[in-house]
Amino acid sequence: MIRFVARENVPRWLNFVVPLASVVLALIVAGIVLAATGHNPLTTYQHIVQASLTQPGAFSQTLVSMTPLMFTGLAAAVAFRMRLWNIGGEGQLYWGAIGASGAGLYFHSLPAWLLIPVMMAVGLLAGALWASIPGVLRAYFNTNEILTTLMLNYVAANVMYYLIFDSTSYWRDLTSPSARVFPQGKYLPPAASWPALQVGSLTVPFGLIFAVGLAVLLWGMIRATRYGFEMRVLADSPAAGKYAGIRTRRKILSLMALSGGIAGLGGASQVGDFSHVLDPRGLEQAGYGYTGIVVAALARYNPVAVVVTSFFIGMLVNAGFALQGPGFPIGLTGTMEGILLFCVLGAEIFTRHRLEIRLPHARPKAQVPAPPVPVRPAAHGGGAS
Amino acid sequence: MTGINANIGISIVMTAILYGTPLVFAGIGELLAERSGVLNLGVEGMLLMGAVMAFLVSQRMTGPNGLVLLVAVLVAMAASAMMALIHAFVSITLRANQIVSGLALTIFAGVIGLSSYIAEDNKIGGKAGRHQFTELNLFGLKKLPVIGPILFDQSAMVYLSWLVVIGAVLYLYRTRTGLHLRSVGESPQAADAMGINVTRYRYLHTLAGGALAGAGGAVFTLQIATNWIDGLTAGAGWIAIALVIFSFWRPELLIAGAYLFGAFTSFGFDLQARGITSIPSEFWSALPYVMTIVALVLVSAGSVRRRLGTPAALGIPYVREES
Repeated sequence: MIRFVARENVPRWLNFVVPLASVVLALIVAGIVLAATGHNPLTTYQHIVQASLTQPGAFSQTLVSMTPLMFTGLAAAVAFRMRLWNIGGEGQLYWGAIGASGAGLYFHSLPAWLLIPVMMAVGLLAGALWASIPGVLRAYFNTNEILTTLMLNYVAANVMYYLIFDSTSYWRDLTSPSARVFPQGKYLPPAASWPALQVGSLTVPFGLIFAVGLAVLLWGMIRATRYGFEMRVLADSPAAGKYAGIRTRRKILSLMALSGGIAGLGGASQVGDFSHVLDPRGLEQAGYGYTGIVVAALARYNPVAVVVTSFFIGMLVNAGFALQGPGFPIGLTGTMEGILLFCVLGAEIFTRHRLEIRLPHARPKAQVPAPPVPVRPAAHGGGAS
Repeated sequence: MTGINANIGISIVMTAILYGTPLVFAGIGELLAERSGVLNLGVEGMLLMGAVMAFLVSQRMTGPNGLVLLVAVLVAMAASAMMALIHAFVSITLRANQIVSGLALTIFAGVIGLSSYIAEDNKIGGKAGRHQFTELNLFGLKKLPVIGPILFDQSAMVYLSWLVVIGAVLYLYRTRTGLHLRSVGESPQAADAMGINVTRYRYLHTLAGGALAGAGGAVFTLQIATNWIDGLTAGAGWIAIALVIFSFWRPELLIAGAYLFGAFTSFGFDLQARGITSIPSEFWSALPYVMTIVALVLVSAGSVRRRLGTPAALGIPYVREES
């Protein structure tokens, strides 16, 4: 008989050892998958570390990869922490990119110090508005937000494609004959390029610095503000929240908008920091919104931990990008993310429970001197069968 | 003139059935899992796993067409059931959050996950399918007006999906195990007290859900599409999950919903094939997703107070109280 028994008190060290052990387990499981498909796990891992950390320029590139993941990770973390399942970070990020690139193009004559905040504000607003659709539906019609947020990702992707590939929209470059045949977006003016911090050989994008600040801010909001407290009450017990006079609908709506706004900022950063153009294919293939869910879940929805987990997933994404080819199929990135997530999720039970293994009707054998076994009270032993 | 219109009507119904068939398989599978109290958001990943495995078998295996197709579907079902087993273990035995575990499954097996990995490792991307399901023309009755093509000129997978729906209805409402299944989803405590093994029911129905999703995935690569593209299911798994909700967890309503959404999917293709391009293609691509949202809102707005059909224990791990 194997079963989980709740621990009476949880030792502090378990909160660190269990996640760490589950990451090690994930690396072993992923290694088995690699070996089973004819890849050498150790060389693959070595390549990942080289391509994401040690090669010249690799570390800076990992910072680039982690920036959007930190935004979408934070967006998912604040929502999931409050049991609001916003998996629409993908579409909200698209709208952030649409909004920010539109603002960058329209206000092209503004100086950088003014243009950049305007881009951020418009990106945030676009993401927040898009997320408010499922927010309103959830708050007022009790519509399952998991499905609506997800469906809206596909709708947002189609809007983005329409703007660049199938219309003569403001975002599309129509100046040259080649751009008419191979549709692409208009490039933003130089003033719309977000600055980057140069630390030695390391390039730190502005969006990354902003996202770290945002993570700390959100952490404080959840822990120390009335808003955060009411959110936590609603998450743990919606009924208690209602009796305490918390306005549930407003909270759901505002949290959806907040989450969408953060993802929208990620889209703005993608345009301002890196691409400087609305690039539907690039954004869709990257799938930052979905990967952000992995980042948030690994961080157990703690905004500050998102900074750490987005770095590690950023390493993996960057390596996957750099190593693309027969030795490292694209699908490996998602496969490894999934294994990591399953291991961390599955192991969570070991922090609060311990595994109890007892042989069914174990009879003491005469010839083996039985070690002194602490006898459990009969009231506890209902599980043997 | 009326003859041409009737033909257009029939061709729309035929493509609606074709595009709806994977939704029927995956939807009934999800319905069974949810009836046992397990929400599996990994349907999209399981569909893609089934699709890639079926395509792989059809590329590599040599033999008579029928045998290859049979093996391809069985392998697809087994592969997706394996995916479901991961979700079952993590969410039933290890009691992890079902929503996050299901999302993990979709990421693990999905567009940039294992399905794409398998496809690239075996170099099957871009290759034309070598074995495809074709219409059967049962009893030679295809020529009958209207019902001929619709009832008698479908592929084996479409007929199989009809059997699955009939089987699911009979199983849920006419058998003792079906009754037990419903009680496990409604009140696992009561079911346990009656001597029903809650864990076993949940595992088996989650696995069955995975196997059916695998069959649905096989329809994508062995009938709808003729080659492999990463993520070719394009969200069908999520529409299947939505279908379970707006069919109120009833198989007989689910099949109607699946064909309706099959029609939404095929409508745009149909108009474009006829050269009607005044409405941009993105509108038609987005239509099934928008309609899913509309349907969800209609259903949920009507059932705020009465939770129509939702298994009461859906999403909640069962832990036997002992002490």
